[in-house]
Amino acid sequence: MPKQPTKKVLQELHLTMVRIRCFEDTAGRLMEEAKIPGALHLYVGEEAIASGVMQNLSNEDQITSTHRGHGHLVAKGGDFSKMYAELYGRSTGYCRGKGGSMHVSNMELGMLGANGIVGGGPPIAMGAAFANKFLKTKKVAVAFFGDGASNEGSFHEAVNMAALYKLPCIFVCENNGYGEYTPQAKHQTIVDVADRAGGYGIPGVVVDGMDVIAVYEAAREAIDRARKGAGPTLLECKTYRFYDHVGVRGMGMTYRTDEELEKWKKRDPIQSFEAELIKLGVMTQKQIDKVYSKVNDLVEGGVQFAEDSPFPEPSELLEDVYCVKGA
Amino acid sequence: MSEAQKENVEGRVLTYVDAITEGVREVLLEQSNSFVAGEDVGLAGGPFGQYSGLFAEFGEDRIIDTPISEKGIVGLGVGSSAAGCRPIIDVMFVDFMGECMDEIVNQMAKMRYMFGGGVTLPVTVLSMTGAGMSMAAQHSQSLEVWLAHLPGVKVVMPSTPYDAKGSIITAARDDNPVFVLLNKVSLGLKGEVPEGTYEVEIGTAEVVRQGTSFTIVAVSRMVHEALQAAEILSELGVDVEVIDVRSIQPFDTDTVVNSIKKTHHGLVVHEAVEFGGIGGEIVAQIQDQAFDYLDAPVGRIGAPFSPVPFSPVLEKIYVPDADLIVAKVKETLGLS
Repeated sequence: MPKQPTKKVLQELHLTMVRIRCFEDTAGRLMEEAKIPGALHLYVGEEAIASGVMQNLSNEDQITSTHRGHGHLVAKGGDFSKMYAELYGRSTGYCRGKGGSMHVSNMELGMLGANGIVGGGPPIAMGAAFANKFLKTKKVAVAFFGDGASNEGSFHEAVNMAALYKLPCIFVCENNGYGEYTPQAKHQTIVDVADRAGGYGIPGVVVDGMDVIAVYEAAREAIDRARKGAGPTLLECKTYRFYDHVGVRGMGMTYRTDEELEKWKKRDPIQSFEAELIKLGVMTQKQIDKVYSKVNDLVEGGVQFAEDSPFPEPSELLEDVYCVKGA
Repeated sequence: MSEAQKENVEGRVLTYVDAITEGVREVLLEQSNSFVAGEDVGLAGGPFGQYSGLFAEFGEDRIIDTPISEKGIVGLGVGSSAAGCRPIIDVMFVDFMGECMDEIVNQMAKMRYMFGGGVTLPVTVLSMTGAGMSMAAQHSQSLEVWLAHLPGVKVVMPSTPYDAKGSIITAARDDNPVFVLLNKVSLGLKGEVPEGTYEVEIGTAEVVRQGTSFTIVAVSRMVHEALQAAEILSELGVDVEVIDVRSIQPFDTDTVVNSIKKTHHGLVVHEAVEFGGIGGEIVAQIQDQAFDYLDAPVGRIGAPFSPVPFSPVLEKIYVPDADLIVAKVKETLGLS
């Protein structure tokens, strides 16, 4: 029996999920108000996964993210001001306004980028894990990806090589049931993406991605295993996207039913965890309310920072295409 | 190679393939965080023997045989360089780049820019190009423009053993992704190569033959065809200057333009298909910067618009050579 998470861990998991939810809800609104340019892929509904996995990582450990990447950076310790500034295309953003939502990243936090290419992350995470082993560090690398990406060749090549070299790499599949707008049953014949682990001789684990404790525990085991040099794990977390593939709208879609959405919303990972925390006596409703109030202040401050920040100078257009020595 | 360099290396001759091996070896000795990864690079020593002996010397931790998985191999290069290594990645044939183009185009080339300068990718990619060995349409192409079109990567194409070794060392010391595209037909080519480490600056062309009346700008193995053509043309009284481009990206416009200003005539020669080849870009740059100096349109020679044929007879027609260059220069000058 694994030991129960401490009160501190439980509170941190809750805080991370709330941070993601509040960040995303506001980001979505700002996109609809056309204050944020371009398109956002929001993580609402999937918060338990990033929160549960990242609780086991330090800043030194690396992750690769997806097009739905804000939640991963928030959970990795991302600063709201720099994140909103990036979404606004301002020079104070994490990528100085060069990357935006789909490429938000920060090497100091070990965040090797959200990625606009489905399946773009796993080979990079595998490479980072290779470096971790080659350089004899104890770091691990985690690749987040979706059920859709599990059909990309890049995923298979990365898993095979990570298994072959026994790399400290964890492949976390956020199976939200849809590859963009196509239901899983219409893009693959298997139900559990974790079954694919068998093809590479590594453990494949399925957990409830709406249960932050389940994710936390399973990720801990996979990460411990990787750190000990026993190689990768494919960890599949079953989850659901409360908003649309792009943007906020989630109801009245042609490709999924409102009934299905409502069913999953009843399993909201944050609400159910809060009920559990109260039941266990870890937090009171008042304490929970205080968390939201604090996080919303951070959101407000972050948005204000972004809106007050300058856009990049035209002279920055050609900066950082290459690394220039001495520059 | 300058006269000073030539004096320095007199007497030591290596083949192009041995120069590759020596260049890679120097990198491995110099940089403890470097390694070689690719298909058949370890136990087999590379399909052309270009890594022979390295597995025995450096072991399986640093000379890494990979599965036949180009997305994975290039991904390994991107991720490991982001995380503190200086990998040398082998993509056996440039024709296989299709298998890993996302890792190159959307990840490797753009990561630094997208991250606002937050990441550095000191990764070197070695790959074989070129036709002339009856290896047919999928193992003979020259696809350098696919790569040179990408802001964020550098592309060099050494034509001599000296440049092959020096380019590999320079590429590995560069903090950017650099593709060193090697020519498989030149593997047996002999030339002077110094011991130890030296650099061939990326982004500089080299005047390999001085001349006054015609400039031939050549890429990779076409340099040797151009030099041969220059000898033939000298007998006809045409004093040809030959420039070895060496670096496709960045491209050394100045050396080319300075030569054109002197000779007033130009021809660009490469092995890649002429349509959309680097020749078009070079001609455009000459036009931009030296139009008033030109006495005739700048010509181009590349392969015809077809896949590389298998049959030796067809392949010989397909690949540009000295005779074709001579004919094109004579046509430009109105010589019969």
